[in-house]
Amino acid sequence: MVVRNCREVKVRELRFLGVWEGPSDFVELTLENPGWEGYRPGQFAMLRPKHWGLELSWGRPFSISRADEESVTFFFQVVGRGTERLTRLLPGDEVIVWGPLGNGFSAPEETPTLLLAGGMGIAPFRGYIERHPTPEFLRLVFAHRAGIDSYPYQMMKDKVRAEAIHEKTPDDLPTIIERIEAEVAGAHGGLVLACGPLPFLKTIQQAAKLHQVRAELSLERSMACGVGACLGCVCKDGQDKHVQVCARGPVFKADDVHL
Amino acid sequence: MDLRVEFAGLVLKNPIITASGTFGFGLEFMNFGDLKRLGGIVVKGLSLKPREGNPMPRIVETPCGMLNAIGIQNPGVEAFVRDKLPLLPWRETAIIANLYACSAQEFGDLTGVLAGEEGVAALEVNVSCPNVQSGGAAFGQDPAQITKVTEEVKKRAVGKPVIVKLSPNVTDIALCARAAEAGGADAVSLINTLLGMAVDIRTRKPRLANVVGGLSGPAIKPVALRCVHQVCRAVKIPVIGIGGIVSAEDALEFILVGASAVQVGTANFIRPDMAFRMVDDLPRTMLKARAQTIAELKGSLELP
Ligand SMILES: Cc1cc2nc3c(=O)[nH]c(=O)nc-3n(C[C@H](O)[C@H](O)[C@H](O)COP(=O)(O)OP(=O)(O)OC[C@H]3O[C@@H](n4cnc5c(N)ncnc54)[C@H](O)[C@@H]3O)c2cc1C
Ligand SMILES: Cc1cc2nc3c(=O)[nH]c(=O)nc-3n(C[C@H](O)[C@H](O)[C@H](O)COP(=O)(O)O)c2cc1C
Ligand code: FES
Repeated sequence: MVVRNCREVKVRELRFLGVWEGPSDFVELTLENPGWEGYRPGQFAMLRPKHWGLELSWGRPFSISRADEESVTFFFQVVGRGTERLTRLLPGDEVIVWGPLGNGFSAPEETPTLLLAGGMGIAPFRGYIERHPTPEFLRLVFAHRAGIDSYPYQMMKDKVRAEAIHEKTPDDLPTIIERIEAEVAGAHGGLVLACGPLPFLKTIQQAAKLHQVRAELSLERSMACGVGACLGCVCKDGQDKHVQVCARGPVFKADDVHL
Repeated sequence: MDLRVEFAGLVLKNPIITASGTFGFGLEFMNFGDLKRLGGIVVKGLSLKPREGNPMPRIVETPCGMLNAIGIQNPGVEAFVRDKLPLLPWRETAIIANLYACSAQEFGDLTGVLAGEEGVAALEVNVSCPNVQSGGAAFGQDPAQITKVTEEVKKRAVGKPVIVKLSPNVTDIALCARAAEAGGADAVSLINTLLGMAVDIRTRKPRLANVVGGLSGPAIKPVALRCVHQVCRAVKIPVIGIGGIVSAEDALEFILVGASAVQVGTANFIRPDMAFRMVDDLPRTMLKARAQTIAELKGSLELP
């Protein structure tokens, strides 16, 4: 197999191959292979179906969930106008895609690595696990609200050590936060990678600081261009400077970003 | 077919220029097309000192458009000249610097830094950015101030063409265009964004940290076209049309009402190769308009 050069970020019009619609508005969307076999998990792409017209002005950013020689897969939840329309694609429809964008997670060999996923934050870890050189060093802890069948969790659990924590009611939250903090503390000497909602990332950032654990956090922002040009998606880095999440992230070292 | 346009001392391969703030420093788009094929690139607004810009959130998507309140975040004019300009294909494509300042004096100093740069083809003066409370807005809404700033920039531009970019947030944009012309502007470009706002009923907060922001995109095209039409009839200097242009056909509409060239902004977010595709589509679209040259189309609108 020839691994094509993924430094080459192009706009492509990719045929839509299919979706799997899970319970409660969870969707897995598959497009024909864009030649991204060599992407770095944690990278994302901007998606925009060709027939969207002008009402929506921007594409939508999604983590690349996995990619192989046949196809690329994204995993998302319907939360608004764009994601709702994405579920209405028909096989053969073309989607304008630009990517892979951003930096991605570190993947050091033979390093105990804790993957902390909150809800949709599980998406990038599917590909991460699949292509990690030493998956036996990985462990996944997945905090979720919707039923576990909504997420691609089982197929990941088959490959690495994994545990799911279900937040059934808001009353479960303090226990979950404690558990996440304990997990981060226990990862001392290794690496923590996290993707999920903002409060989840904040908990991890604080715990990582307290226990001096090396951690990387994947951030989310509204994005217009996805390529660092519009300056609409910035966050503050460790030096208090505004940097583009799309181009300098979306993955940041926990001690080099303000949440 | 001849796509070339000549105005204000500039010779462009074609009339498609990318608009300030929507195309970064051009370098962000090198993967998506050959920058040399564009008529020109207007870079992100530059100030004398680096600016951190406004707090987040800075952008909101609206029907057929968007609001932005970036606040001219930029690395400062010196960093642009040192780090960005040398990497741009300025020999082949017009690189236009966009100037942002808070006083006539500062506009003059900014001009001083850029005037000697061989790689800068022209200066576009932003007197209309509505995002920064204490900034350009005041100039853009006062014709006397527009004349003053134009004179100041012109004085120090050492022969580089000076384009004054006008705000539509005024009672009479033609008056502002005349004020720029009186100050010695070589051209005017319009429109900058329309001041707007968006709120969220769940949080009861504005959706932009800056509360208000600039509206752009196809939603503003009819307003932009009307402004360009009025200004083209009011001044003798060339006019660059901006606002909601998303296709070669849109571009020709602005040229028909009298624009010498156009700038493409928010459309770059629909897909990052949009400006390049518009260049590709131009010949085909000109056939539709039964034109062989841009010159014969320019200003050929038939009024009733
Ligand atoms: C780098 C990056 C990677 C991402 N990867 C994924 C991914 O793998 N899977 C995924 O599902 N999402 C992901 N997202 C988030 C996704 O981009 C947004 O959910 C999507 O753009 C929403 O578009 P929309 O048009 O449906 O919503 P809009 O109409 O734009 O927004 C509708 C409402 O939804 C809210 N909203 C926006 N984003 C979210 C969100 N993430 N969660 C809850 N509410 C939201 C908005 O504030 C608004 O109130 C990612 C974002 C980034 C920046
Ligand atoms: C995100 C964003 C940033 C912008 N930044 C600038 C700027 O720095 N200087 C400026 O003169 N205009 C700026 N503009 C205005 C555009 O150059 C243009 O005048 C306006 O968006 C209208 O054109 P459009 O509808 O094609 O986008 C900005 C617009 C957007 C959307
Ligand atoms: S989305 Fe435009 S700079 Fe990040």
